[in-house]
Amino acid sequence: MSALTPSAAPLQKLRSLTGPRRILLHTLLIGVALVMLYPLLWMLSSSLKPDTDIFTHPGLIPTRVHPRNYAEGWSGSGNSFSLYITNSLIVTIGAVTGNVVSCSLAAYAFARFEFRGKKIWFGLMLGTLMLPMQATLIPQYTIFYNLTWINTFLPLIVPKFLATDAFFIFLMVQFIRSIPRELDQAAMMDGANPLQIYWKIILPLMKPALVTTTIFTFIWTYDDFLSQLVYLQQNARFTVPLGLTLFLDKTSGSSYGAMFAMSTLALAPTLICFLVFQKRLVEGLATTGMKG
Amino acid sequence: MTTAKTDGAVGERPAAPATPAGPRERERMRRRAARRRGGGWWPYLFLAPWFAGLFGLTVYPMLDSLYLSFTDFDLLTPAKWIGAQNYTHMFSDDPVFWDSVHATLLYVLVSVPLKLALALGVAILLNRPLKGIGVYRAAFYLPSLLGGAVAVAIVWRQVFGGDGLFNDFLGWFGIKGQDWISSPDTSIYTLILLAVWQFGTPMVIFLAGLKQLPKDVYEAAAIDGAGTLTRFFRITLPLLTPIVFFNLVLQIIDGFKTFTPAYVVSNGTGGPLDSTMLYSLYLYKKGFTDLQMGYASALAWVLFLVIAGFTAVNFIAGRYWVHYDDDID
Repeated sequence: MSALTPSAAPLQKLRSLTGPRRILLHTLLIGVALVMLYPLLWMLSSSLKPDTDIFTHPGLIPTRVHPRNYAEGWSGSGNSFSLYITNSLIVTIGAVTGNVVSCSLAAYAFARFEFRGKKIWFGLMLGTLMLPMQATLIPQYTIFYNLTWINTFLPLIVPKFLATDAFFIFLMVQFIRSIPRELDQAAMMDGANPLQIYWKIILPLMKPALVTTTIFTFIWTYDDFLSQLVYLQQNARFTVPLGLTLFLDKTSGSSYGAMFAMSTLALAPTLICFLVFQKRLVEGLATTGMKG
Repeated sequence: MTTAKTDGAVGERPAAPATPAGPRERERMRRRAARRRGGGWWPYLFLAPWFAGLFGLTVYPMLDSLYLSFTDFDLLTPAKWIGAQNYTHMFSDDPVFWDSVHATLLYVLVSVPLKLALALGVAILLNRPLKGIGVYRAAFYLPSLLGGAVAVAIVWRQVFGGDGLFNDFLGWFGIKGQDWISSPDTSIYTLILLAVWQFGTPMVIFLAGLKQLPKDVYEAAAIDGAGTLTRFFRITLPLLTPIVFFNLVLQIIDGFKTFTPAYVVSNGTGGPLDSTMLYSLYLYKKGFTDLQMGYASALAWVLFLVIAGFTAVNFIAGRYWVHYDDDID
């Protein structure tokens, strides 16, 4: 066969694996996947074990199931965990709303208008992508301190309404560029102004980009420990990550089970997001990377 | 475009004055026409929140931070100008600063190459028509998504503690473990391992890049009898250099910013013996625990310059090893 069609054999080799090589590859990948997931499974399993078993019976299957860890953890760190979850929800919902609104407005301007210095502004926007938040943390803190916003959720929410997450502007610009301009022009002929075009044409069509922005903003804000640590100082304002660190301060080693139970709960929203939107998360990331 | 024209016309001053238009007037008219083409003030309206953020939360704070870095400032009393003292103190007699520089450089320079190598290796394995590839991709990406979470750092602390999971694992091979977290020689490596564990983000980007590679080049190479290794070094790697570059720049910046795991694993101390005192943690401690905001601002500026320097060096060096499409054809 290979004598007749010289390219067929090597091609076959490239395109699909057969027999033992396929099994080898699967074994290798399953091995890596197990190592990757093991710490998380261990956390889940430890959250169901009595404290005495966590380090003496390190296997994944608990010999005795001890669900009371969850009840103890829920009430056990100063405030009830429901307070931290409520606070995290307020912060993340505010941040998501801010990012979706402000970043889509800016992206629309960058993708659809010509104006003076556009290239420079766009370059600056990309530049802020690389700026570490630590560089502006202290002056921003003094600004919010002077506004007496410390210990409120405002420093965590208001900046998102000012399009400070350039990553999402960039993602949306890329997306809007793929929407045919003819649609805008047709609407313009019908007498629509740019605001109406943004609202009635661009926004509905860029829903996939908005969903990606929503999920990533949710997860990143929810997990953003440093800003919450800096701006929220009173226990009653604590979010989930801060609530979790309260377990660390306890010097007694008697609350491991409760700590793992709350850690598992703390990861749950991210995990659920991940399971539901896995494809979108991965693709959103991959396309941005490609065009960068 | 056209809407802007009608809109703009309403508010405009009466057209061309009776006096002959001078060069300044003509220039102004030309500019106004160009502005109309661009939609007049519309783009600025859409960009207004971003402009407010750029100037209010980035440009002004950067300048303010530069000023504060030359002051003694504790937030409560007015900043006192002390010249370059913060900087000289940092470089000449602050051993903790040097500890943090050491820990951070070690962390970045060890974790980033390992992470990228692993990401590329796994991406190549996954770049095959394989059943269940989505499941693998998800499993490998998940740790990256959870990466910054406090909960993960808490788990890490227990896994590498004295009676943690890692030592049990070593026990199977008859190796007697130690408390990896509280030994100054090894604690930073537990953080490095955590970073490497999160190779999913660059992996996904590599995978997207691999999908774009032209198939015909591989077919031609296969016909010429090029083996797997030859194909990797002669085709895949050169064609992928833009993606490698992108990942490298991003991961280095990310590495310098790492805060959460160092804070959680060391309980906010950066210990033992400052071995996990990543730079961001030191900055946080100086600013928000010791309220030395001027000194912390100086630290922030040094961090900013170091990251900018690394990025610039990357871009300059990149010219010699990053190949873009047109080089290949």
